[in-house]
Amino acid sequence: MKRTVTLIAAAVLVAGCGGGEAPQPGSESGAPQKVTLEWWHLSTSDPLKTVYEKRAKEFQAANPHVTIKMTVLENEAYKSKVTTLTQSGKAPDLFATWGGGVLKQQVDAGLVKDISADVAPVIDTFTTAALAAYQFDGKTYALPTDIGMVGFWYNKKLFEKAGIAEPPTTWSGYLDAVSKLKAAGITPIALAGKEKWPGHYYWAYLAMRIGGLPALQQAAVDHDFTKPAFVQAGQQLKALADLQPFQKGFLGAAYSTPDGQAATVSNGKAAMELMGQWAPNVQIDAGKGLGEDLGFFPFPAVEGGQGAITEAFGGGGGMAVGADAPPEAIELLKFLTSEENHTKAVAENAVLPVLKGEESAVKDANLKIVADSLATATGFQLYLDQAYPPAVGAEVNDSVAELLAGAKTPEQVAQDITEVAKSE
Amino acid sequence: MTTITRRPEARRLPAHARPNRGRRRSWVTITLFVLPALALFLLLVVAPIVVAVYASGFKWNGFGGLPTDFIGFDNFTRLLESEIFFTDMWHLLVLVLLCLVVQLPMALGIAMLLNQRIRGRAIYRLVFFSPYVLSEVITGVLFSLILSPTSGLANGILGLVGLESDFLADQDTALMSLFVVMTWKYFGFHMMIYLAGRQNIPNELLEAARIDGATGWEVFRHVTLPLLGPTIRISVFLSVIYTIQLFDLVWILTEGGPAHSTETLAVTMFDIGFGRSQVGYASAISVVMFVLSLVFALGYQRFVMRRDLEGATTAMGDTR
Repeated sequence: MKRTVTLIAAAVLVAGCGGGEAPQPGSESGAPQKVTLEWWHLSTSDPLKTVYEKRAKEFQAANPHVTIKMTVLENEAYKSKVTTLTQSGKAPDLFATWGGGVLKQQVDAGLVKDISADVAPVIDTFTTAALAAYQFDGKTYALPTDIGMVGFWYNKKLFEKAGIAEPPTTWSGYLDAVSKLKAAGITPIALAGKEKWPGHYYWAYLAMRIGGLPALQQAAVDHDFTKPAFVQAGQQLKALADLQPFQKGFLGAAYSTPDGQAATVSNGKAAMELMGQWAPNVQIDAGKGLGEDLGFFPFPAVEGGQGAITEAFGGGGGMAVGADAPPEAIELLKFLTSEENHTKAVAENAVLPVLKGEESAVKDANLKIVADSLATATGFQLYLDQAYPPAVGAEVNDSVAELLAGAKTPEQVAQDITEVAKSE
Repeated sequence: MTTITRRPEARRLPAHARPNRGRRRSWVTITLFVLPALALFLLLVVAPIVVAVYASGFKWNGFGGLPTDFIGFDNFTRLLESEIFFTDMWHLLVLVLLCLVVQLPMALGIAMLLNQRIRGRAIYRLVFFSPYVLSEVITGVLFSLILSPTSGLANGILGLVGLESDFLADQDTALMSLFVVMTWKYFGFHMMIYLAGRQNIPNELLEAARIDGATGWEVFRHVTLPLLGPTIRISVFLSVIYTIQLFDLVWILTEGGPAHSTETLAVTMFDIGFGRSQVGYASAISVVMFVLSLVFALGYQRFVMRRDLEGATTAMGDTR
């Protein structure tokens, strides 16, 4: 008890004495002052991990007065650590963000630097879609380093074995494919039930396909998630769960551990997973990797729904600059996203294009499909747990996890999310 | 030195007859010695409690300075109306009962066995105690590997006799699996306390009982057990307080899932405060946890451990 109260209060206490350590840029006389940059990101798998390490070294070599201190954390750990730090009134000098509601909250708290003026010369090199999540009221608070979308990553060989010639494009076709896989003795889907966020992709995509993008945007404004589109999304997800398509023990499975979602697909023990553009890299990191057998298809359309199959759900990754960060942090950000460096990272299959005209650098066949789907997408929705305020996003993840565990009905899910959204 | 050491005859004087100056000087000494610890205690224990109580009255996301949106007791009524609070309390109750009925008796039994002269008992003691030395996080990671439904050691062995289970990945077995891990980690600690308590019992008493014709069980029941009373009471106390605060192990093993089936108050608090940025509400939960611990600690010391603590807290006035 003492410890927990102390934790919260320590955070509160620190809030009172944050800030004020930003060194001034090198004055005209003599060498520039020594600067240490705190850089936090969550790229724990290669190739991006190594790419960032290389860039940091190059930047330090070019700017000898700068020391970069990198903190690299896995997804969930990263989210809690950034939340803890930002609640204490501080932010790292340069840190990974998904933009949207969470970044907005940090901006409103005065923790993030408005970098509009600093990046004005380069802002036109970015694609509008990639930038959208980081701009509020015409001001830019972060630059994108990656953009992508969520879709099904599947094992071509296992699909073939189950007699599925083409990846399904409709929801009923999808449920059919799941049944066929089951009938062939193959686990259709791997899911990380313990971590909750991978489960929310299904519900969000279904709501998007049934109600269309306007339904999700409307819900962000009127906080009403009890409309038919959301309830039906839950019902369809329940219909999928009732087929028992997930791997044994999925409720306790993590995403990137050796027995987690990515490894299960990677080792050929499940036929597919619904995941973002980083999935192939994590698969190779966590398991054997599928190589040529790995394929990608977009989330199928739901018959009679308002949304089209060409609408993408996902998000990128960007880097934001802390309010008290020295100017070198912005320089580092520009360095990372410069055409030369970013195109190199794209060529290494580390990230997807965020700069105009970079598409030709994508080498990997599957990532090319993702990049092309994105380039031709007719609409885009950011991850719900980032687009909505943290409490709403967390409730979506929680409630959907309970739906998958059979502990909540689709109606209860809709009601519980609405309740939290209205109280925010 | 003279201020601290008192000769025996000085002690027998009634309080009011003691020279006043000496008393005052000893108070100065005490204050000087206590001050640094007291300052730290106020800063790191009392101040955070006060801040948490203060914050629990606000709707506050934790960002930017002090909270401003005062909502009175709303956070508390919201907690008491939420389903998850009762789920958490139920888990607390179940775990405490299991500790009292399974974990502690088992520790006591093993302690009694290891008190006998058996070959290699030092090794047994070491082996049983060693899990306690591991950190909670390492224990958690270790058991999430062992209890993995698909590739874990436990299912590998149980599969041979057809007793596979999903352990932590199934709502019905998750809490029991958690308890097994808790027991694995902590029974050695309680065993060690009991062993120490047992060795403080003079052999003459046991011998006397045996000469009077008591059987082994009767000796244990009527001599050993009563004399172990203080030890057992303190071990129950530690066990309950630990369960109220249970967090690390649960967070690593299940994050409170599946579907809240292993969630504890501390996990709920963490999720609300850091996952959902509702720091005011999370503070209210922490206040409830604090009150719960405090009421239990004071009540238990007042009513159960009264004799054991004579001269320490509850009966301070009498020993003057």
